[in-house]
Amino acid sequence: MLAQLRRSPLGVVGAFMLGLALIAATFAPWLAPYDPEQTIHVTIEDIYARPSAEHILGTDDGGNDVLSAFIFGSRVSLLVGFSASLISMFIGGAVGLVAGFYGGRIGNALMRLTDIFLVIPDLPLMIVIVAMVGPSLWNIILVIGILGWTGTARMVRAQALSLKERQFVLRARALGAGNFHILRRHIFPLVLPLMVANTVLVISLSILSESTLSFLGLGDPTTLSWGGMLNFAFTRGAISARAWWALVAPGLGIVWVVLACTLVGNTLEEAFNPRLQSHHLQGEDKMIASPSHIQAEG
Amino acid sequence: MERAETPLLEVRHLSTNFVTDEGVFRAVEDLSFQLRRGEFLGLVGESGCGKTTAMLSVLRLLPAAGRIVSGEVLLEGEDILKLDAAEMRRMRWRKMSIIFQGAMNALNPVRNVGDQIAEALVLHDMAPSRRRAAARVGELLELVGIDADRADQFPHQYSGGMRQRAMIAMALACSPQVVIADEPTTALDVMIQAQILELLERLQRELGLSVILVTHDLSVVAEVCHDVLVMYGGVLAEYATVDEIYNEPLHPYTRLLLEAFPDLSRPDERMISIPGQPPRLNDLPAGCRFAPRCPMVIDRCRIEPPPVRQVRPGRWATCHRIDEAGT
Repeated sequence: MLAQLRRSPLGVVGAFMLGLALIAATFAPWLAPYDPEQTIHVTIEDIYARPSAEHILGTDDGGNDVLSAFIFGSRVSLLVGFSASLISMFIGGAVGLVAGFYGGRIGNALMRLTDIFLVIPDLPLMIVIVAMVGPSLWNIILVIGILGWTGTARMVRAQALSLKERQFVLRARALGAGNFHILRRHIFPLVLPLMVANTVLVISLSILSESTLSFLGLGDPTTLSWGGMLNFAFTRGAISARAWWALVAPGLGIVWVVLACTLVGNTLEEAFNPRLQSHHLQGEDKMIASPSHIQAEG
Repeated sequence: MERAETPLLEVRHLSTNFVTDEGVFRAVEDLSFQLRRGEFLGLVGESGCGKTTAMLSVLRLLPAAGRIVSGEVLLEGEDILKLDAAEMRRMRWRKMSIIFQGAMNALNPVRNVGDQIAEALVLHDMAPSRRRAAARVGELLELVGIDADRADQFPHQYSGGMRQRAMIAMALACSPQVVIADEPTTALDVMIQAQILELLERLQRELGLSVILVTHDLSVVAEVCHDVLVMYGGVLAEYATVDEIYNEPLHPYTRLLLEAFPDLSRPDERMISIPGQPPRLNDLPAGCRFAPRCPMVIDRCRIEPPPVRQVRPGRWATCHRIDEAGT
């Protein structure tokens, strides 16, 4: 796996980018020059003030420091991204393992359910649900998590289907092992790396979903995320004030984190997914298509 | 089919089918045999003649499409086909274990070998503590000639022969009475083959095991087995002691099979192969399953399947031609 990482500089870049974002989120109170919660006195000059030594990225419509909001906003984006994908991984992993390993009627029913979730357009459904249950941070996490597990489920199912035919599973059965034991000790450890790689990819999708919802005004109003910053800037005249800094900073933040997760996820998936791997004797130069161009199918 | 002593394992009229979209495959039909304590039984036949299916039926490990349609498998007088799933799980490995062909595939690549051997102990509550389990694993590995400290290595760090030894160690973990060795020496070179067979023989002697050796190699059978069961197309062709099979084969298939093996004392002789193919199990001939390839075929063979018949005490064969001249 380390060798794979070394061979893939993009993965290293992604890990570095993700690391920076994590540091920013963790140490936000120390890194941010201003406390966004603080009440401030605002004069007309402070609204959408240009970037200056005092405010490196300028100020927003409320006269608040954009850089501080940006650093604190990374917390929300990453929290939503990680928590929602954790939920997705749990649901997707469980559905995929059960459907793949037990198969039969239960497996079919679960896969039809997966198909249903797969064909429903996520965004409108998310908007409807969030509008109904109210836009709190945990509601958003739950909605994104509950709607994002289909890809994981399909991939885990495919892997479980092939693993259960392996001879060591038959051997475990001959040893007197029951289904649960085989699932836990023989199937799960071999599916786990793939699930981890997939989860990193789901993180980027979750962050995008959160940003989208926040931008549409369905974010948690009490916490400022990057999507929320964009929403405020967009709806409160940043464009007519030519305050590009209020839009560019959160936009680039989203791109940064999503790109980082995608790079890391793709690298991990290449390392773990046997379908994307060429034979170990096969030289890289002999390959017709590089594995990074082949999309993983469920 | 009665013999003097009560056998350890007795299979009576076992029939197994595979039900698939392409029809019903009659993989094993009316198979009966006995395994006495301390006996080495050879199960011989071409690839695809139902040897492995028969053994998986005995252990009730058939894939989803496989169905045992009739018969009894008596282990110490108890029909294990009647046990429920939980009882069956408890029985497996404690009484009967299996050494699979191709040890690489039978070991989980991401877990170390010792851990996988200990799995059997844990599943059967035979490892009260981690240390006791580790000690037993070491003991088992030493028994098959592997250093105990290699227990924490992974299957890919073992050679082919060592993996097979590890599988044997695993098979012995719960001290079973019956060990089924399903082609334990395929995919190994001749030297390692000989070592593995020697090991099996030694363990059989020392531990008083009863072993069913599934193979298509008659020389292996001649070396270690007491009794031989020759299968053809899912049915018993001939069942007798190893001496009788080699010196006086009754079934034409056994005879051809023996001729198809090289004889070291007559190196110049041409090797004869059996013409034709084994029957497709979903499209079986109406009469004897061997009739299309049999050199001694008569009209009756093509119409009426021969019954499994006791030719003389301790000797069974399935052929119409045997009653006429004893051949």
